Amino acid sequence: MASWAGRAHISRGLWSGCGQHPSKAPGRSELFASYPQTKTYFPHFDLHPGSPHLHMHGTKVVAALGDAVKSIDNIAGALAKLSELHAYILRVDPVNFKLLSHCLLVTVASHFPADFTADAHTAWDKFLSIVSSVLTEKYR
Amino acid sequence: MVHFTAEEKAAVVSLWARVNVELVGGEVLGRLLVVYPWTQRFFDSFGNLSSESAIMGNPKVKAHGKKVLTSFGNAVKHMDDLKDTFAKLSELHCDKLHVDPENFKLLGNVLVCVLAHHFGKEFTPQVQAAYQKVVAGVANALAHKYH
Repeated sequence: MASWAGRAHISRGLWSGCGQHPSKAPGRSELFASYPQTKTYFPHFDLHPGSPHLHMHGTKVVAALGDAVKSIDNIAGALAKLSELHAYILRVDPVNFKLLSHCLLVTVASHFPADFTADAHTAWDKFLSIVSSVLTEKYR
Repeated sequence: MVHFTAEEKAAVVSLWARVNVELVGGEVLGRLLVVYPWTQRFFDSFGNLSSESAIMGNPKVKAHGKKVLTSFGNAVKHMDDLKDTFAKLSELHCDKLHVDPENFKLLGNVLVCVLAHHFGKEFTPQVQAAYQKVVAGVANALAHKYH
């Protein structure tokens, strides 16, 4: 637990950096460019880079991750409603959470070169993996 | 078989020309061992892997990372022919090294993260997408001869 607490500090530190860039919808244009199959979940969106749909949705995703960071010792509690939404309404195939997590990592790496140490990389990867598990845990 | 457009090839080749294979190789392998510590199972003979600083500073990790990334550079030169390019390495990884092919995907994604880290905003979504194709192609090629 002690090492996770240390990593929580790293996640928070990097996260406040992310908060400085509200206009960036992190990970989304990377996700659709690298993994075009993920676009199938957004037939109702304008998916051109810079579209208001992308910006709005990206902001929602970032806000949810922010909630998870704030409650890093109880991510399941913080994301309980989102977990139900994904299980019963959205039903996004679990493989896609890994894809988005990877793209979020790439975005963080390219935007925060000084902070993205190997330890921070580990903390982020672990955090996003836990978030992904929480969002898929009610699937069955 | 992976098909690369002319634009994708150009993006991959032009970025790769600016990659310091020795530096980036060590960083990629080091990060693989730090971020996914279970991958250390293949490197018992590498000495001290007990902490992030031990791993990132380990001379054997750096040397092997350089070897791995040099091989990757070969992929960049033969993007239309990855299966043949990596046929022998595939047999080696299966028959002698006994590496689960899942690890090739992990390494490929760590490489993409390190390139993003080094190149920042130049590592656009389009460049990333091209590199994701390369790393997926290499991972498949390395797994191709498994039996």
